[in-house]
Amino acid sequence: MAIYRRNYKPYAGPVTAGWSRFLVLFRYSRQNLFRSKFMVVLFVICFFYPVACAFMIYLAHSASFLAQLGVPGGLVSIDNKFFFNFISVQGVFAFLLTAFAGPGLISPDLSNGALPLYFCRPFSRAEYVLGKSSVLAILLSQITWVPGLVLFIMQASLAGASWTWTHLWIAGSLMLSSLLWIAMLSLLAMALSAWVKWRIVAGALLLAVMFFGAGFAQAINTVLQTESGHFFNVAYLMTTVWNSLFQVDAEHAIPVAQAWAALLTYCAICLGLLMRKVRAYEVVR
Amino acid sequence: MSTAIQPGAASGALEQKPPAVPLSALIELQGLSVQFGKREILRSLTATLRGRSIGLLGPNGAGKSTLINTLLGFYKPSAGSARVFGHDIGKEVRAIRGLVGYMPENDAFISKMSAVSFVRMMGELSGLPSDMALERAHEALFYVGLAEARYRQLGTYSLGMKQLAKLAQAIVHGPKLLILDEPTNGLDPSARQRMIRMIREIRDGKEMRIVLCSHLLRDVEDTCDEVLILKQGKIAHYSNLDEERRANKRFLELETYGANGDFTEAIEKLGCECAVTANRMKMILAEGVETRDIFRLAAERQVRIRRMNFRRDSLEDIFLKAMES
Repeated sequence: MAIYRRNYKPYAGPVTAGWSRFLVLFRYSRQNLFRSKFMVVLFVICFFYPVACAFMIYLAHSASFLAQLGVPGGLVSIDNKFFFNFISVQGVFAFLLTAFAGPGLISPDLSNGALPLYFCRPFSRAEYVLGKSSVLAILLSQITWVPGLVLFIMQASLAGASWTWTHLWIAGSLMLSSLLWIAMLSLLAMALSAWVKWRIVAGALLLAVMFFGAGFAQAINTVLQTESGHFFNVAYLMTTVWNSLFQVDAEHAIPVAQAWAALLTYCAICLGLLMRKVRAYEVVR
Repeated sequence: MSTAIQPGAASGALEQKPPAVPLSALIELQGLSVQFGKREILRSLTATLRGRSIGLLGPNGAGKSTLINTLLGFYKPSAGSARVFGHDIGKEVRAIRGLVGYMPENDAFISKMSAVSFVRMMGELSGLPSDMALERAHEALFYVGLAEARYRQLGTYSLGMKQLAKLAQAIVHGPKLLILDEPTNGLDPSARQRMIRMIREIRDGKEMRIVLCSHLLRDVEDTCDEVLILKQGKIAHYSNLDEERRANKRFLELETYGANGDFTEAIEKLGCECAVTANRMKMILAEGVETRDIFRLAAERQVRIRRMNFRRDSLEDIFLKAMES
């Protein structure tokens, strides 16, 4: 064990680049997150469906193996609908992961009054939000678009160049749909935890926004005989956008452009709420 | 209207010895005002603070913490400007924060982190490379006296230990200026003594300059060489405590029996300023005159001295005068 003398030395050594400081926060927050065994188990469960999808892709290209099993060929077609289903299932897991991991990122700092300690250093509020949100962004990316692209590459390598060129847009859709969902979930979870300051309540609120939002939307639609209530249903808005991105035929109660606009507005509102709370000290006017 | 105040300006007409090596300006305030909504918290503060250890004094709500928070860039000035080590708080706040270590008044920690991880993370956020931050986190925790408890979670610490952990995170990156906001808040007498001793050690180490914000006069008196007293957001007084102490030592109050004009004249011949009322005398001792000279003069003239005391202005007197002004 190192022995330290009780004296104080000034520091005159090298310092890290200013732009890289948010990575410190990312590293510590991620480390803290994976201390929970439940989190590790949940994270592992999130990979079950991608593994199953990989198996389905393999089966789809193994006619002889299917014949041996007595299963007719063409049972599973690997197309835009397959990837739409993939992102829909992984989107649910992303939501569950966010509900568990998201509120714990900011609320402990706020409830313990740690923000002045961050901001009295050469470290800005934007870097703080970037550092914290990058934890969720990378975590959710690992279960959404990253395995999605791996599956796409796997399918491309088995199906050949012609399939790849005609379906290349699916890779873009995978990325865009995942990133939009990740941004929405991350900002919503962090904004709620910043305002509530209590981890469990913030997690419950996130669930409430999703489920009660859907109920509230339905109530408005029924009472007012309108379709505008869907604007309060984040999941519905997201499904509308995903349907359009993956070119899945489905009826939409609201136009896709308006769904995009509503989701981006929600993101902006969450960011505004977050930045309002993430301050060294609150100013009472 | 406020005026620029220099240390020692309020110390009177007595001749003062200039400091051996004048320190560079630490904080320059130029008409600094801060307003929250319609409430004006700081009102056109103008001063140049140069001390090694500066105390910010004032009653609750005087604006001490607001001044510190403004210097750290947490609040924006509504008028005027300020500089810390020559860096403008409006334009170069990142540079200022790189030079400063801050120990906030309230609880500030991350409860589920060990002290080592917490101090290390704060060091890394200040720009220390990871391995160096770990080494210095250990050193800082040893320095503040938390060596044995450094692997414990901060949430399990007592209030005094939390204060020490806050001090450790403030010094881990080797700042040039240490800002301490009510560092002895909530501490028991022995913990307070330990904290004061630590601040004195840091001050005497001369590696860091200190700004200590407190409403406890004793803390400031024990640790600071200059004091800025705020009252209702304005500067009520700014002085060099060492010079004040030196000056105030020369105030002498006598209660005599049998004194006459001759005795007073003899004292004045020594160069002392004298004021006599009935059998009481108040004087300012001249340079080189000691109390034994007064006893000698009294003995020669058979004047009995019934009571003698140095009328020494304590920081409390200075503070009360500033509050009354």
